[in-house]
Amino acid sequence: MIAGILDLPFNDILRATLSAFFGVNAMYFAIAAIGLNVQFGYAGLLNFGQAGFMACGAYAVGMTTHYFHISFWWGIPIAITYAVVFGLIMGIPTLRLRADYLAIVTIALAEVLRLLVRSVTFKKKFGGSDGINGFAETFRSVTPFDDAKRYKMYPFDASNGSVATVLLLLLFAVGALFAGRILTRRFSKEGQNRTLVQGVATVLSFGFILVISTYVEYAGLSFKAIVVGWILAAILGLFVYMLMKSPWGRVLKGIREDEEAVRSLGKSVYSYKMQALILGGVIATFSGIMFSLDRGSVQPDNYSRDVTFYVLTALVLGGAAKVSGSIVGPMLFWGILSFADVFLNSLFKEWGNQIGIFGWKFVSNSSQVGMIVQGMIGLMLVLLMVFRPQGLFGNRKEMALDGR
Amino acid sequence: MDAENLELGADGGETMTTELSETARVARAALADVAPEPGVAKPDPIMSAAGVRRSFGGITAVDVERVEIQRGSITALIGPNGAGKTTFFNLMTGFDTPDAGSWAFNGKSLEKVAAHKTAGMGMVRTFQLTKSLTKMSVIENMKLGATGQTGEKWWNGLLPFRWKAQEKLIEARSDELLRRFKLDHMRNEYAGTLSGGQRKLLEMSRALMTNPQLVMLDEPMAGVNPALKQSLNQHIKGLRDEGMTVLFVEHDMDMVHDISDWVIVMAEGRIIAEGTPDQISTNPAVIDAYLGSHQGKSLLEDL
Repeated sequence: MIAGILDLPFNDILRATLSAFFGVNAMYFAIAAIGLNVQFGYAGLLNFGQAGFMACGAYAVGMTTHYFHISFWWGIPIAITYAVVFGLIMGIPTLRLRADYLAIVTIALAEVLRLLVRSVTFKKKFGGSDGINGFAETFRSVTPFDDAKRYKMYPFDASNGSVATVLLLLLFAVGALFAGRILTRRFSKEGQNRTLVQGVATVLSFGFILVISTYVEYAGLSFKAIVVGWILAAILGLFVYMLMKSPWGRVLKGIREDEEAVRSLGKSVYSYKMQALILGGVIATFSGIMFSLDRGSVQPDNYSRDVTFYVLTALVLGGAAKVSGSIVGPMLFWGILSFADVFLNSLFKEWGNQIGIFGWKFVSNSSQVGMIVQGMIGLMLVLLMVFRPQGLFGNRKEMALDGR
Repeated sequence: MDAENLELGADGGETMTTELSETARVARAALADVAPEPGVAKPDPIMSAAGVRRSFGGITAVDVERVEIQRGSITALIGPNGAGKTTFFNLMTGFDTPDAGSWAFNGKSLEKVAAHKTAGMGMVRTFQLTKSLTKMSVIENMKLGATGQTGEKWWNGLLPFRWKAQEKLIEARSDELLRRFKLDHMRNEYAGTLSGGQRKLLEMSRALMTNPQLVMLDEPMAGVNPALKQSLNQHIKGLRDEGMTVLFVEHDMDMVHDISDWVIVMAEGRIIAEGTPDQISTNPAVIDAYLGSHQGKSLLEDL
């Protein structure tokens, strides 16, 4: 049995895991989580309808060619309009009430939206349950990547031109600086030379990223959405970071702690909550846009309840009320998910189409692997809540303070 | 020797309460000729209410026929539990809406004015259960209090150059207030790590960040130890000396006696008496409804 484990194709498992780290799923989850973080992490709004906002974006770009017969680029302003309207519909009746009501209404409205767009009645507009296809060509032709090629993230790979090499090295340097700073802040002890520690941490991180990059490669078709999407995620992350450093963000955090106190200090709590809900929704709308551009199609069932809750899980995993948490959380979420999936699948093959210990078979059919993985996500979330409720990047000190 | 010291101490205490500041003397002189009866008109009211009624189901929580608060004075609002003092606060500040009546601040009607707008008009309140924003630092709590911040609009928030200068001024003012309330050593700590008394101080100083004309304090002394009460007393007197008007709810009669220029007594939603602290403590209606006939005596005395 042990020998079987050692025979597994570890290179492939590693490649799948690391590629999932930066893949399309992690990218569109990250954008959605950045938006959810504004609502849930900072303003304390329990928005369970993030999938609805994502659908707003997806359908906006889908409908440009399918229904409006206009240029694809109009999809972006239309998406923002959809998200604002959707946010207003959600917010107007509920934001004056207690937080629970928002949760109920958001989850219901997101479902209503999904059922509406997949209904037969509106098939002309939204394409019914088949969705909409054939709107992504403009986007695909604009991005400078070849569909037929595979792209490696390793800077010195032959597939990359010299410009790409320099850009990738620059990107890695920024990432290493960032990682170095976090590592130093977390692990350096009193009396150590912090500059030295940070230098070593940065160099080590750079080396680590370089090694990882040799494993990461994507097909040209999805590489387009990945590159554009991560750039978008970085911009939106910076946008939220700047907002939360500003007095506006301070009011939002105040509302999360105690609405009444903030109201007594002369802030219109209702208006701020509405702004947070809509801003978070508009950010999430870009997640839907990027996902549908990668797929080249919009399907209503890609925006169901589970997407909302997976995004929430990913955000909590990374740490709410932290921009870094909302970006790294989804990466880890999909990394872990795809590791579990590939690992169990290869184990399943290696052990002769079953997984079992001591004669007790708990997987005898390859379709069961997916369910086991789902179960593991649930277990992961439970363990996280028990042992690290603040997430990976969250602040333990903050967590220890009681809510009121 | 000891007896002498004791007497000296008593004397010292006496002078502390009798030695009035200039503003206190002005405030008391202005109220000297006001008749001690419920709903009496004041020479210069900053806030007035007429016919304000609020009932919850069958219970009438507040039924105030007339009341005026004198500008530049410290007015105490006392009364038994359930008398409607906090509800009255909520009604005046827009946190709750009366079923009937009119009320005004600085002559401007506050009907249909939302709670968050009253702070901008110069009227700020604190809460009976302290509301410190626990997961924010003390200084952030303070800075949140400032009104009219440009950076509180999200599009301005993205452009630091539009709010950085104002932020510096706000921070300086926050630090000054923190020093005055002796919270400056906790400046960068989370508000959740403060003690109960410190939270009261923080809430009060945060309220002052709105540059109010009228400060409404809901039981500022509840759960505060005697030494801190003394300094809170001084702080509240200080507010009046700076030209602010203070209206506060309190149960501690010593404190009410010590600092207030005027006392309003509520019971069962109505105002049953008004007057200077001395007039109030001898008013039979107040003794019946609130103080009790054993006022000033030890609880053990009767046994």
